[in-house]
Amino acid sequence: MASRAGAISVPWAAALAAALLAAMTLGTAGVVALRAGAALPTAADWAAVRFTLLQAALSAGLSCLLAVPVARALARRRFPLRGALITLMGAPFLLPVIVAILGLLAVFGRSGIVNDALALLGLPRITVYGLHGVVLAHVFLNLPLAVRMLLMGWQAIPAERFRLAQSLGLSPFAMLRHLEWPMLRATVPGAFVTIFTLCLASFAVALTLGGGPAATTVELAIYQALRFDFVPERAATLAVVQFLLCAGALAAGWGLLRDTGFGAGIGRRAELPAPPGWRRGVDVAAIGLAALFLLLPLSAVVLRGVAGLADLPQGTGPAALRSLAVAVGSTVLTTGAALALALAVARRAGGARLFDLAATLPLAASSLVIGTGLFLLLRPWAAPSDMAIPVTVAVNATLALPYAYRLLLPEARALHSDYDRLARALDLTPLARLRLVTLPRLARPLGFGAGITAALSTGDLGVITLFAGETDATLPLFIHGLMGAYRMEAAAGAALLLVLLSFGLFALFDGLGRHAAP
Amino acid sequence: MLHLDHLLLTEPGFRLEADLTIPTGAHVAVIGPSGAGKSTLLNAIAGFVVPAAGRILWNGQDLAGQPAGARPVSILFQDQNLFPHLTVERNLALGLAPDGRMDGAARARIAAALERTGLGGLGQRRPAQLSGGQQGRAALARALLRARPLLLLDEPFAALGPALKAEMLDLVLDVARETGATVLMVTHDPGDALRLGGLTMLVADGTAHSPCETSALLADPPKALRDYLG
Repeated sequence: MASRAGAISVPWAAALAAALLAAMTLGTAGVVALRAGAALPTAADWAAVRFTLLQAALSAGLSCLLAVPVARALARRRFPLRGALITLMGAPFLLPVIVAILGLLAVFGRSGIVNDALALLGLPRITVYGLHGVVLAHVFLNLPLAVRMLLMGWQAIPAERFRLAQSLGLSPFAMLRHLEWPMLRATVPGAFVTIFTLCLASFAVALTLGGGPAATTVELAIYQALRFDFVPERAATLAVVQFLLCAGALAAGWGLLRDTGFGAGIGRRAELPAPPGWRRGVDVAAIGLAALFLLLPLSAVVLRGVAGLADLPQGTGPAALRSLAVAVGSTVLTTGAALALALAVARRAGGARLFDLAATLPLAASSLVIGTGLFLLLRPWAAPSDMAIPVTVAVNATLALPYAYRLLLPEARALHSDYDRLARALDLTPLARLRLVTLPRLARPLGFGAGITAALSTGDLGVITLFAGETDATLPLFIHGLMGAYRMEAAAGAALLLVLLSFGLFALFDGLGRHAAP
Repeated sequence: MLHLDHLLLTEPGFRLEADLTIPTGAHVAVIGPSGAGKSTLLNAIAGFVVPAAGRILWNGQDLAGQPAGARPVSILFQDQNLFPHLTVERNLALGLAPDGRMDGAARARIAAALERTGLGGLGQRRPAQLSGGQQGRAALARALLRARPLLLLDEPFAALGPALKAEMLDLVLDVARETGATVLMVTHDPGDALRLGGLTMLVADGTAHSPCETSALLADPPKALRDYLG
């Protein structure tokens, strides 16, 4: 065999990253499994499993269903601010969940816009707590994701097909059947599985809008077992159940998982026929309602936040600094690990398949499962509140890694196939290659991935709830505390600060990457 | 002297044998049908393809196990010969110092090499700001600086028009003369082989044949070459 030479050496940095990822995901799962036998699942636990599956299925189903008309309208209509609206669709993925909830409460909550309007009409008020509240929040957070994924599907239909269909004079229904339906059948399952998996592990939404016997997710039950009832054995049992749920969903949907659609194009020319008449009206309504659904809660956060910003409660500053530290720490770890793994996989180094698997494992992990494992493991050594920040950094770095890695991998592959031979022919030293070739060529996806990691970890409200006490809360947990004390004005101000912080960090890292790119 | 000693290169659906020598300082055109293995042969000599059997020797020394960059070889690929995000000067500096250092002496040598290849004053340009011919010249300038005893050209000028290509071949001959390099150049065009002057190696039917005098070979081509030339 005339094999390609020189790619046999083991990449130690990637091996270290993969080992750490395996320890954080499989290792913590092993720890909880060892402790799980002591408490068998109770009837309440099975109710939590059923609720978790139900809300995830409803959230994913509704998100996909509503995304179809919106993505279709966006794909075939051109209007001012269309690009801005598509960019806005990327925002909820990075928006701190606690902020999204505050926004939704301002619109759909007890004294929100919708209830005020209902009262004016003499209709009964609606409540946003329980199953429908959880699903509402998940649809708010994931509808844009589904829209972007489907929009990519529409844009991937070759323009020639539409031109051919038009030249044959196909009716809009025939076009739907022959061109768009096959695309949807290929794309929607992937979007469904992606959102379903995300919602399975959703914690902050259930923490704020769920609760009680009727609306507790497994993640929330873990938190309650560990934090309120203090029954670690029960938390361990629930953590095993949650791990199996997530791993099962990931395994079942493995072939269907799709990119999150971040690259969805804005610039493509209009190739799709844009039928006039009532179809135009439907498209306008779909885009208008989706924009309203996204913009109303976001505007409410900003409007209420500005009022509260001048009078932030004591403790906001230190909490913000802790969130900043968490963000910077996990961004450095994730970006370094993602780069090492992507480079090793791109050059098909020894163990490349294992590295790729290790970079995918966190998709099956959940914040609270890892947290429970670390809690049980570290409890004999240190007080939980002493470990709050390091553990939060490690968990966020782990959970954000698949995104940073998937963004880097295609670019790393292109870099390898284009310039590996030249770099080897010139015998570049490893440092010179990193500094002069790898980092400049990959600056853009590195910066983008770092921005996503920073934004996600700034806004994370997950594992920190297991560890932090009064004095070491991050900003999202601090806001949650303010909401619990019904200090909504102060919470709104701190929430606006959190949004500025997480989007600011995203813009900073993404901008650095763009600036450094050739 | 380059000696391919019972060399065997295989890939799925592909097999090439070579058992021949090329004298030091020779200019050899490597000619033959697409897919015959011309590029694979050059890549094996450069260290990018591991032989299934046999040895590659330069002046009696076996090159097996030597990484690509450590071999006495400069190679120009069909494309991607320059890093597009680095200036021409920086690209050439990587030929002088693999750690990317660039001191005053290096700058002076780079400027001289650019001057020599007709690129005087263009050191601060990026490759995309150069024409195709100028990019070829920049890659040759780097080969001039590296001055390795074997210069391998894997059709780097295939995309250029006839006049530009002729200019490039003349520059290759200049570089080879100044560095004393032995040249192996893949081409589809018998005209290129004649212009290179010297020997031609036919690669066809799974064999790299011993190089022969180009003009004599083209005057009375053997069957395999006749089939190729048509």
